[in-house]
Amino acid sequence: MKILVPLKRVPDYDTKIRVNAAGSGIETDGVKYSINPFDAIALEEAIRLREGLGDVEIVAVSIGTEECQEQLRAGMAMGADRALLVRHDASLDSLAVAKILAAVYRREQPNLVLMGKQAIDDDANQAGQMLAALLGIGQATFISKLELPKDAKQVVCCRETDAGLETVSVQLPAVITADLRLNEPRYVTALGIMKAKKKPLEEMTTADLGVDATSRTRVLSLRMAPQRKAGVRVKSVDELLQKLREEARVI
Amino acid sequence: MTNPLSSTKILIVAEHDRGHLKLATLAAVCCAQQVCQATGGAFEILVLGEQVADVVSSLAPYGAAVVLKADHSSLLNPVADQYAQVISKVVKDRGATMVAAAASTFSKDVLPRAAALVDAGMLGDVVSVTPDGDDFTFERVMFAGNVIATVKLDGPLKVLTVRSSAFSVPTKVDAASPVIDVSVDSSSQSGLTTFVSREEKPSGRPDATEARIVVSGGRALKNSEDFERLVGGLADKLGAAVGSSRALVDSGITSNTLQIGQTGKVVAPDLYIGLGISGAIQHLAGMKDSKVIVAVNQDSDAPIFEIADYGLVADVYQVVPELIGKLGQK
Repeated sequence: MKILVPLKRVPDYDTKIRVNAAGSGIETDGVKYSINPFDAIALEEAIRLREGLGDVEIVAVSIGTEECQEQLRAGMAMGADRALLVRHDASLDSLAVAKILAAVYRREQPNLVLMGKQAIDDDANQAGQMLAALLGIGQATFISKLELPKDAKQVVCCRETDAGLETVSVQLPAVITADLRLNEPRYVTALGIMKAKKKPLEEMTTADLGVDATSRTRVLSLRMAPQRKAGVRVKSVDELLQKLREEARVI
Repeated sequence: MTNPLSSTKILIVAEHDRGHLKLATLAAVCCAQQVCQATGGAFEILVLGEQVADVVSSLAPYGAAVVLKADHSSLLNPVADQYAQVISKVVKDRGATMVAAAASTFSKDVLPRAAALVDAGMLGDVVSVTPDGDDFTFERVMFAGNVIATVKLDGPLKVLTVRSSAFSVPTKVDAASPVIDVSVDSSSQSGLTTFVSREEKPSGRPDATEARIVVSGGRALKNSEDFERLVGGLADKLGAAVGSSRALVDSGITSNTLQIGQTGKVVAPDLYIGLGISGAIQHLAGMKDSKVIVAVNQDSDAPIFEIADYGLVADVYQVVPELIGKLGQK
């Protein structure tokens, strides 16, 4: 079995994001970059499937600048067997990413694509669904549990929706997108980092894949969302109730 | 002079929970009304499901050119590949130039799939749509709600989900929209994904995305009995919905349907009361657009106090019973 795991390079979740003075992007000075946390969860799940099923190859793929090698090496240090970097220096929207991933999928022919439900930079939550549509294969999004028995032709998934938990069965091959509660990604060990240096990292371009990666989305400018200011501290329940009744008039 | 965008045709994909209209859909209808008013365009509403007559009639008084009803047994559950197939066909048949729905797990599952089927770009969590010459400019939120991006979406068809907190209630009109049945060919349904089961919603309380008041609990609540007694008790006294931070969902104290935050529900009620919630950036992303925020927390340095209108540094176990008791009196 082969599992393809896309890994996006994003500012670390702990970073305080600031828009640059020109409003053309975010401040990148001193910003630490990581694997998108939802993608790390997807990779962890692929590793656990391999631990359970045995014969599984895990291929990590990233799209972007040369710097994405860092996240691919980190992914291989976690446990991916090899990595592909699709070099593309311009920013990409979800549909363009899905088209590139579809080309990688056709080349690799995996049984499963496991990826994060959204990237924490653009918060788009679209690439997995679009990829499944382009390939005409099934999807299960926002997964918090996954069962894939050996030689099974379908994967049973527990999905987290606004209405509650939903269980669906999806035919393989399929695209599965990971939610937070699926697992807790393992830490990378020193031995893992050493091993990752020797694992193959292959580079290609969108032209090599024959994909038109023109984005439909054009970001004109960015600005910080309006910040709320701290209000007042009240000293007692009575004072709070008085404020809510007479000042805010919300109860 | 006619507006270059007068041929705008918006298709709203309605969301319902087994026949009960999700009120967030009305925010998407409001967005469509605003765009049509500014451009001279028109909008239509699509309802998918089985036995959706009530949803269709509740959407009739908002001035849609038509309400399209895709009523079929294969659409009982919102399985993405089946829904996306029907939506993409309706988009083509009706000549839509824009598709919109409320930002929710339903739309986020189904709409990107439909967009890719018709080769359209998509924007999620849109907070404004502005006609701009012969095109539109959109604003959407990124980075856990911290950044607002001004964007263009190229191509003849634009797909979006809108944040309901950014739009208000749509205007009612005198005449009811005509209803057109959409034929659903069950033999074309792919069956790639099969719905197995769903865990029913546990409480009779309102949904946090639809309530005027939300009472939310965090790490200070030690177990589900305390959560029910304190957070639930206060909510019931106020006729409010309950919400939860991720910490309580992870520790099994609350259900995932209650989670508010970047990856949970986004709420913007008139009053949000956070009980024992420290206010991680991911939680704030889900509630900072509330009109009035109250925070009760023992830790006076908790980040939630930086955005709260009224902060009370106190132990929730002590003050919430007092709050519940005093709400009975005037």
